[in-house]
Amino acid sequence: MKHLLSAEDLGRDEAIAILDTAEQMSLLGDRSVKKLPTLRGRTVVNLFYEDSTRTRTSFELAAKRLSADVVNFSARGSSVSKGESLKDTALTLEAMGSDAVVIRHPASGAPHRLSSWIRGSVVNAGDGTHEHPTQALLDAFTMRRRLGRVNDLSVTIVGDVLHSRVARSNVRLLHTLGAGVTLVAPPTLLPVGVETWPAEISYDLDAVLPKSDVVMMLRVQAERMNAAFFPTEREYSRRYGLDADRMAMLPDHALVMHPGPMVRGMEIASEVADSVRSTVVEQVANGVSVRMAVLYLLLGGSPE
Amino acid sequence: MTDWLIKGAAPLGGAPTDLRLRDGRVAEAGTNLSAAGAQVVDAAGLIALPGLVDLHTHLREPGREDAETVASGTRAAALGGFTTVYAMANTSPVADTAGVVEQVWRLGRDAGHCDVRPVGAVTVGLAGLRLAELGAMASSAAAVRVFSDDGHCVADPLLMRRALEYVKAFDGVIAQHAEEPRLTEDAQMNEGVVSARLGLPGWPAAAEEAIIARDALLAGHVGSRLHVCHVSTAGSVEIIRWAKSKGWRVTAEVTPHHLLLTDDLATSYDPVFKVNPPLRTAADVEALRAGLADGTIDCVATDHAPHASQDKETEWAVARPGMLGLQTALSVVTETMVATGRLDWAGVADRMALAPARIGGHPVPDAARGGSLAVDASASMTLFDPAARWKVDPYALASRSRNTPFAGRDLPGRVVATFLRGRPTVLDGKLA
Amino acid sequence: MATAPAGGPRTARTVLSGDDISRVTTRMAHQILEKTSGGADVILLGIPTRGVPLARRLAARMRDVEGVDVPNGSLDPTMYRDDLRLRGVRPLEVTDLPAGGVDGRIVVLVDDVLFSGRTVRAALDALAEYGRPRAVQLAVLVDRGHRELPIRADYVGKNMPTARLESVQVRLSEIDHEPDEVRIVAEDRRAGDGDGRSPEPRAAR
Ligand SMILES: [Zn+2]
Repeated sequence: MKHLLSAEDLGRDEAIAILDTAEQMSLLGDRSVKKLPTLRGRTVVNLFYEDSTRTRTSFELAAKRLSADVVNFSARGSSVSKGESLKDTALTLEAMGSDAVVIRHPASGAPHRLSSWIRGSVVNAGDGTHEHPTQALLDAFTMRRRLGRVNDLSVTIVGDVLHSRVARSNVRLLHTLGAGVTLVAPPTLLPVGVETWPAEISYDLDAVLPKSDVVMMLRVQAERMNAAFFPTEREYSRRYGLDADRMAMLPDHALVMHPGPMVRGMEIASEVADSVRSTVVEQVANGVSVRMAVLYLLLGGSPE
Repeated sequence: MTDWLIKGAAPLGGAPTDLRLRDGRVAEAGTNLSAAGAQVVDAAGLIALPGLVDLHTHLREPGREDAETVASGTRAAALGGFTTVYAMANTSPVADTAGVVEQVWRLGRDAGHCDVRPVGAVTVGLAGLRLAELGAMASSAAAVRVFSDDGHCVADPLLMRRALEYVKAFDGVIAQHAEEPRLTEDAQMNEGVVSARLGLPGWPAAAEEAIIARDALLAGHVGSRLHVCHVSTAGSVEIIRWAKSKGWRVTAEVTPHHLLLTDDLATSYDPVFKVNPPLRTAADVEALRAGLADGTIDCVATDHAPHASQDKETEWAVARPGMLGLQTALSVVTETMVATGRLDWAGVADRMALAPARIGGHPVPDAARGGSLAVDASASMTLFDPAARWKVDPYALASRSRNTPFAGRDLPGRVVATFLRGRPTVLDGKLA
Repeated sequence: MATAPAGGPRTARTVLSGDDISRVTTRMAHQILEKTSGGADVILLGIPTRGVPLARRLAARMRDVEGVDVPNGSLDPTMYRDDLRLRGVRPLEVTDLPAGGVDGRIVVLVDDVLFSGRTVRAALDALAEYGRPRAVQLAVLVDRGHRELPIRADYVGKNMPTARLESVQVRLSEIDHEPDEVRIVAEDRRAGDGDGRSPEPRAAR
């Protein structure tokens, strides 16, 4: 593996190798000394064009636990149309001797472009409305830990699929790992062409919940209302929000997941977010293990 | 002026003939013409076509001379076999006054590589709010006949109706960039399976088709001439076919890239494949080829759109849309239309020279003879080697920019020589 | 007809048969019991891949001989290797320490082949992260020489002088699904992976 640009690129064996490696990495969390010497002398750059303390911190912790040097390059505010171009930034980072660049960027495909300009590895930490592969990996990791497997699980993803990089990565990865995915959203928030995805489509959350092993709620931004994707927040929440009554329709073992940050009261009620079914907190811990695994698999061997 | 004797060229792919060019016209045609007093071009095996006409070229001057100039763009045009290009109005300042169109026209005349016919903006500053002084541009030295806000759609239906009506006074034509703006806000590529996968906001076919249908109805209603720029979808071809069946004065163009390339190229996220309207699906490509073959689409136009590297070596969403086209157009048409048996060389002459000249409203002396380059025809022509193949190298093109989507592709046919009214602009594939 | 692999013919000779391995294992179990006063406080940690079943076998023999239950587990030193950048990325193996940890215990590291000593060095570093054993000892089935570090084994099944370009292949039924055997292969140019391990793909999990 040279780069991790999209979940779509991961074959089944590769994905499982990442999850297995993450499993070993997670054992580190139980030790008093949470540090491995593995990537000593390697430099990982966090290149973030969007504010995301959560994801950046997770990658930073992962790299540091593997003893890599970490440089945080926050390009937030340097809007893409003004200031230094991504290409110039990439060449600068390369000259500084970075071995891997973890990039978060508002433009879909920016990590692909970056990978064509630099020699080191590129990890996509979320690009526009395209993909967020480490999020999907940590979601699969969380499902495997809680439910023992991913294969044959029924996973329901609810919300703004159109604008969601988390949904795109999850649909691809879960399909690769043998889960069945159902997307539930108002038709306005599903992309044209979604019928070619390896997923079922439903507009009726109540009909899908009793058959779901996992329900994953996506964030819905209120701005979408102004662009006529749905009439009001209230109507959205009534039709597609997960409240306690709806949660009661789930099988006993079913999990509730959310990639965060949550909009409580919109797509998820507080009592759901805080319930024992919710994996929101452990998703954060698992994120570090999965990102350690990805960094190790990208940088742990010879550079070709 | 020197006489030129073209030996053994095949006009429109017919029987090899010698042509003597004198005083800007074909003075003599036949076999075994005497070379006395003439420079000779050995054209055995070459096809002779009337000089190509491009209704849709962005020369970028004034304003973005780092991307292209009238001189560099017309060098590319000559090397591509063109003798006339229509220069789009989206320059800086916008070509919305007699002064700017005359400036562009003079720059073209001074460069001398091909005729430059400026296109005038329909609305002031391309803003879509009020009409530019169309009459002043028409009666300027540039004698503008084609008006377009290309790059932007004249979206206001009332303004479009008025523009269509107004230019009837000087037999002008409105060339519409058909793009419903609300349906394409932030749009990045064709809306469909590929855009869904790549997470790039979609540009739906309906946004083009809705405007074409509306404009065809308006043109029919007021009896004006409408020209549809860069038709890109199967649905658009259907609508234009229907409008023509009504007898309305609607014409249309298709670009070489829409005849060959499809939206899956965006998978690389390389903005060299970003263009407006976007690359569409294989089914659209097929419909466009069929439409061009049966005459529903009247002509090929390049939409040659040079961009500086800092506008293309970027993230997809940041990059400007557009592709180089002048030097690859005839080769791409050869590959998509001739090699597939959809057009013969007379058909190519019609779609790339005669029809665009007719639509552009400028005299075409040899049009009556079907572009056959018989005696007394204009000695504007291109000599094309259909047997050659070449690999497109962006750095070997004459444009100031490098954004060809055909880089590295192997294409058929090569322009060997171009004559502009009896004077060579290209010989041996190089600028004369 | 079998074709010789590129790089020249490979000749293999068996140096330990299945019976030999069984006898050697029993002897090592006795030696460990003797040296650790009956195996009190001992835990056996196998170094993946083949050290793990060897540790398990040793524990079983010690129970047979002395009736003691010696805890055993596995310790993957991969993340502590100093030669990671010399070849493609290595998959991680399982680390599974017995309940109760390593503090105050006599840890016997178990591996199949002792070669450069770098794997053991990495294992010592890894072990230090998990706690402070009272003592650390090393048991190997084969010592083939060519040490690059000041490391020696406390228990050796067989000392086996080899040429550097030879490779020592250990086959254990639990991992390889074929009869137990140790053989020396006069190698083509292909070097082993630094510690005498055979380059064959590891067993499926
Ligand atoms: Zn246009």
